[in-house]
Amino acid sequence: MQVVVLVKQVADTAARIKLADGKQDIDRQSASLIVNPYDEMAVEEALRIKEKHGATVCVVTLGEAKAEEALRTALAMGADEAARVTAPASDPLTAARALAQAVREISADIVIAGRSAADDEQGQVGALVATELGWPHVTEVTKLEISGAAGVAEREVEGGVEVLDFSLPVVVTAQEGLNTPRYASLPGIMKAKRKEIRQIAVDGALLGQPVLATRSLELPPARGQGKILSGLEPAQAAKELVRILHEEAKLI
Amino acid sequence: MILAVLEASDGSLKKISAELAAAARKAQALLGADGVALLLIGADDVAADAACALDCDLCLTVKGEAFSGYAAEAWAAAVVQAAKDVSAPLILFGSTSFGRDLAPRVAGLMEAGLLADVAELTLEDGHLAAARSVYSGKVNARLASLSAVTLATVRPNAFSPAGSAAPQAPRRELEVAVDPASVHCRAREVRRQAATRPELTEASVVVAGGRGLKDPENFHLIEELADLLGAAVGTTRATVDAGWRPHSEQIGQTGKNIAPALYINVGISGAVQHISGVFGSRTIVSVNRDAEAPIFKISDYGVVGDALEILPHLIEEVRRLG
Repeated sequence: MQVVVLVKQVADTAARIKLADGKQDIDRQSASLIVNPYDEMAVEEALRIKEKHGATVCVVTLGEAKAEEALRTALAMGADEAARVTAPASDPLTAARALAQAVREISADIVIAGRSAADDEQGQVGALVATELGWPHVTEVTKLEISGAAGVAEREVEGGVEVLDFSLPVVVTAQEGLNTPRYASLPGIMKAKRKEIRQIAVDGALLGQPVLATRSLELPPARGQGKILSGLEPAQAAKELVRILHEEAKLI
Repeated sequence: MILAVLEASDGSLKKISAELAAAARKAQALLGADGVALLLIGADDVAADAACALDCDLCLTVKGEAFSGYAAEAWAAAVVQAAKDVSAPLILFGSTSFGRDLAPRVAGLMEAGLLADVAELTLEDGHLAAARSVYSGKVNARLASLSAVTLATVRPNAFSPAGSAAPQAPRRELEVAVDPASVHCRAREVRRQAATRPELTEASVVVAGGRGLKDPENFHLIEELADLLGAAVGTTRATVDAGWRPHSEQIGQTGKNIAPALYINVGISGAVQHISGVFGSRTIVSVNRDAEAPIFKISDYGVVGDALEILPHLIEEVRRLG
């Protein structure tokens, strides 16, 4: 079985984010770059499938040479192979087409991605890759069982848990709760440094036209400082807060 | 016509459905479209009647074996056919677990731009556009759709349904042929959790507690306040990781984004990951013992004080309002 994991290198949103000149993108030079947290869960799930059923795990990213750091992290966790896709993709649809082409070349049975990237938070690429390949997809998976050429996935829905049956090949996206990603071992890190990263170039003609464009990025205006009560006795503070919410704001 | 893909469960429409109808009406005016069509897939007649009673001009239903139980491949085919049937320039979905799963599939089939998790749509140089909060709420992005047909997932609580009783809209059943062999994934069941409170992402009031509650036992205070206000209960990643509360209650990155009219949080300092999930809230009220806590920077109202000392009094005062 061949499992492909789609990983993305993203800016750590816990660190400071600055905008690049022109406000079309963030300043990547100053950003602290990490593997998208949901993608780490995707890598972990692939490794568990490998341990349980036997599989080759190939991690794939789309991006600049620097994004190979994310591939090395996944290799250090235990992935077998890695590939970097280069393509002039600029939106979720063109990115998905480039990644789908890589999945075809690797001839995967299962593709696992994170549910969304922590940077642009689109949450589209996984399902778009599936559509492009003509495969089924299940997004935001919190439990995954593979048996033979089929599987069962669970996902959280409003007010319950949805249980889905699917057949392979399939694309699933990982949601928090699916697993806790392992740390890379020191031997794993050493081994990952020496692994070769396959380069897959996808021609722009295969991608078609982008359907989404980022017009601009802005830092949000600071939310005006509110009315904060301090130095009051608990009973007094509670009374005043409820009075404000009831009489002034008319919210309760 | 603007097309909105509704959601129903157990014979009744979900709250997002009326909001989608309202969003579609607004978009109709924006685009100068000739009406609003609502699409209901795999639902029964009771839900369809309820859909016809919403503010719309046409209600399309899709029924049959292929649509009993959610199956993205079949349902996406139904949406594509409905969109062609009413020549929709815009298709709206809820930004819900269902909409987030189905919309990108339709986007792929139609090669359409999908504006995800939006609270408002605008026109920019003839293109549908929307503002989105990205990078955990640290950046606002303006995105435009470049395709002839645009899709959007609409954030819960962003649009208020029209109150007036509209006359029943006409209903038409759409025949959608789906080859069963082309469907490779289907929902078997939804295991319902006993819901005594509104769903976190749908609730108009949310009460959340964090590590400041000091012990999982103390969360009964959060639940008590929530029940008095008819609110959903939420929490932070820290308490979920500590095993105090279930993941289904987690707000923020790796949890749920909420957008209630009122968000009351107690004992939550406001890590970036949490704040990113509450930006859409109209009014934020915070109680925290640390006056410097980041949560106060985004709060409309707040009290500096200990969660466990303030909460019993808050409950008492709210109860007094009756």
